[in-house]
Amino acid sequence: MEEREFTQEMKPPAHTKSPARWLKDNLFNTWYNVLLSCLVLVVLFFVFKVLLTWAFTEAKWGVIPANLQLFGVGSYPREQIWRVWSVIYIFCVLVGLSAGIWGALTLRFALVLGGIWFIGALSPFELSTRGWFLGAVATTVVSLLLGRGRTNLRPWILGGWLLSFPLIMIVLRGFGENGVLTSNWGGLLLTLILAVVGIVVSFPLGVFLALCRQSDLPAIRWISTAYIEAVRGVPLITILFMGNILVPIFMPGLDINQVLRMMLGITFFSAAYMAENVRGGLQGIPRGQHEAAQAVGLNYVQTMLFIVLPQALRSVIPAIVGQFIALFKDTSLVAIIGLIDLLGVARSVIANPDWFGLQAEVYLFAAIIYFIFSYSMSYGSQEIETALGVGEH
Amino acid sequence: MENNSPKVVSGKIPFWRDIRVLRILFQVIFLLGVILLLVILYTNMLKGLRGLGLTLNLDFLQDEAGFDISEGIPYEPSDVYLKAFWVGILNTLKVSVIGIVCATLLGLFFGIARLSSNWLIRTIATAYVECFRNIPLLLQILFWYTAVVGQLPRVRESIALFGGVFINNRGIYLPSPEPTSGLGIWLGFLGVGLLLAVVLYVVRWRKLQQLDRPGFRAKWALPAFLIVALCGWFLTPGRPFTLDLPVLQGFNFKGGMRFSPEFSALLIALSVYTGAFIAEIVRSGIQSVVKGQREAAKAVGLNESQTLRLIVLPQSIPIIVPPLTSQYLNLTKNSSLAVAIGFPDLVSVGNTMMTQTGQSIPVFAMIMTSYLVMSLTTSAAMNWYNRWINRVGR
Repeated sequence: MEEREFTQEMKPPAHTKSPARWLKDNLFNTWYNVLLSCLVLVVLFFVFKVLLTWAFTEAKWGVIPANLQLFGVGSYPREQIWRVWSVIYIFCVLVGLSAGIWGALTLRFALVLGGIWFIGALSPFELSTRGWFLGAVATTVVSLLLGRGRTNLRPWILGGWLLSFPLIMIVLRGFGENGVLTSNWGGLLLTLILAVVGIVVSFPLGVFLALCRQSDLPAIRWISTAYIEAVRGVPLITILFMGNILVPIFMPGLDINQVLRMMLGITFFSAAYMAENVRGGLQGIPRGQHEAAQAVGLNYVQTMLFIVLPQALRSVIPAIVGQFIALFKDTSLVAIIGLIDLLGVARSVIANPDWFGLQAEVYLFAAIIYFIFSYSMSYGSQEIETALGVGEH
Repeated sequence: MENNSPKVVSGKIPFWRDIRVLRILFQVIFLLGVILLLVILYTNMLKGLRGLGLTLNLDFLQDEAGFDISEGIPYEPSDVYLKAFWVGILNTLKVSVIGIVCATLLGLFFGIARLSSNWLIRTIATAYVECFRNIPLLLQILFWYTAVVGQLPRVRESIALFGGVFINNRGIYLPSPEPTSGLGIWLGFLGVGLLLAVVLYVVRWRKLQQLDRPGFRAKWALPAFLIVALCGWFLTPGRPFTLDLPVLQGFNFKGGMRFSPEFSALLIALSVYTGAFIAEIVRSGIQSVVKGQREAAKAVGLNESQTLRLIVLPQSIPIIVPPLTSQYLNLTKNSSLAVAIGFPDLVSVGNTMMTQTGQSIPVFAMIMTSYLVMSLTTSAAMNWYNRWINRVGR
């Protein structure tokens, strides 16, 4: 009896520290940290003062709302804007269903997405736009509720994600003259399309190239090594220039539009880097795994698909996501070639005499959008790593 | 009763199941496919070139270029294309080398700052890394070029720093060292100092080996060399170098060194962007050395600098070098984005050559070869360094 009372008296040490204590531990723990902190605080004060004064008094932010549609979809025709919304709705349905079924990270993603649509619906846009936003909120929520607990739907949802890719392209493009020419795709929409196509296509291509490079058939190994090293040796911009100038020479008669050429350039470029990342993972798999798979009677394709690749890819998730982020940022290079992606829109807005001298505002806005996407990708990758327990084995 | 024992395969394996035959067959088919693709591309190219009325040769390189290049080694529009291309290569190398130095310094600083015990320093370093890593480099280059360097004051209102540095919208002007006749004497001093340093280094090394103790081998050599160099500097009649200060004359500055706005913007963007990546590499390299190693070093009685030099760095440098190499290569390749702001680098000059002559295929081949040579030399050098670092088996 007495013993229990004794244990009850023992309380765990408090996790929270008082602010003063925290300051002392983290800013003023030694004499040189005191000095450093004071110095940095003074510098920070002046930097923030200058920046905030600029942002709140001098900067003319009016340029952003005035061109918001341009930033979003470029010169996508207004009467066809329902195509973009349809794509967003398809995406919302898939995200909602996935969130309902898998929960965890996907659920958080869906909630953030729904939140963004909700903010859009409350913002002072035109009534029709706000309606579309409200619809997106509803779609996300309804599909989330529909998907709850239906774990038997998992393979269907995965298939849905795969199918959504061509479907989205068709919806955006439409058919023939009634559709929207790819030359009218622009803004963030074009950036995202280029990035998604690049990621979706270059990933399997990279895995394939990595397997080729690890192959014990010399001809295949040499050719893929030569390809990977040649592509990694040159800057992306030369490859994009080549796609622009050389494709018409090497493939006369084949009329490929510029967006597709840029997609090809980005994809073939990124695949080489992806291959090197995957190869890193493949090399980390011990020989015993291959031998065990062979001993059980699996053939090459089965060994790779069921034994080696799942382990190899899991161990290089950070590198692969890093490559995805690099690819996403690299899509901005198409602005040099003349496509009007997010950065291209920023450049054309600045070139507009109505918005003369607003480089800082416009580029900052574009930078924030790029940052949000890149940073959420790297955040997601960290979450996936923890979820899969990478590095704990 | 049926006999269930497996049938013994008699005779030879049919060739379509023989792995040796299949391997060769598979490779032959693959090679044939690649060759077929190349042949198609080649015939297409010939057809396409004929359509454009061009022939494939390098004679055009000896023609007069006729376009001006705003910076780099002395060059006239009347020079040949080959010379123009060479100017481009040197400009790429210039911005890359200076950029690599700046990015490494930035990366080292912020990488170490991310491990600081001071929350403020740590947070600022993290913010730097996350901000600049996640924004496209091209956007950063354009931002620095149009929103920062482009907004600098005019020549008359230049910002003056330390009396010799002038910053305005035509570039950054720095004092440049000009060698005088006394340079030879000073170089002689340097030679003597170097000799002395080598001797002292060897002596100190021997002594440390005798004592069987860890220590800084260049502890005597380094100060000795510096003292001799410094003495030489002041003893040389008229100093080995004089400073050529930029002076405002008429509408522009004369003398000194000038970094053009394009060069400055590109350099800042490349250094800051790559520095963020290098900071992460440095941080993870240092963190990869397990805590026990530091504690063990402390227990053995090594002090802070000895722990860093003898325990932490030898283990983290081999981890840092390979990714660092690829960052250096990335910076070199990324310098090609100069084309967006008109800095006359390799790609930019190559582009002008292509539009003027129409010879896109040879020019592309030249650009790609140049980059490949740079990449391969850098990776060869870094591989050699890596082997040298790893020479002690780990």
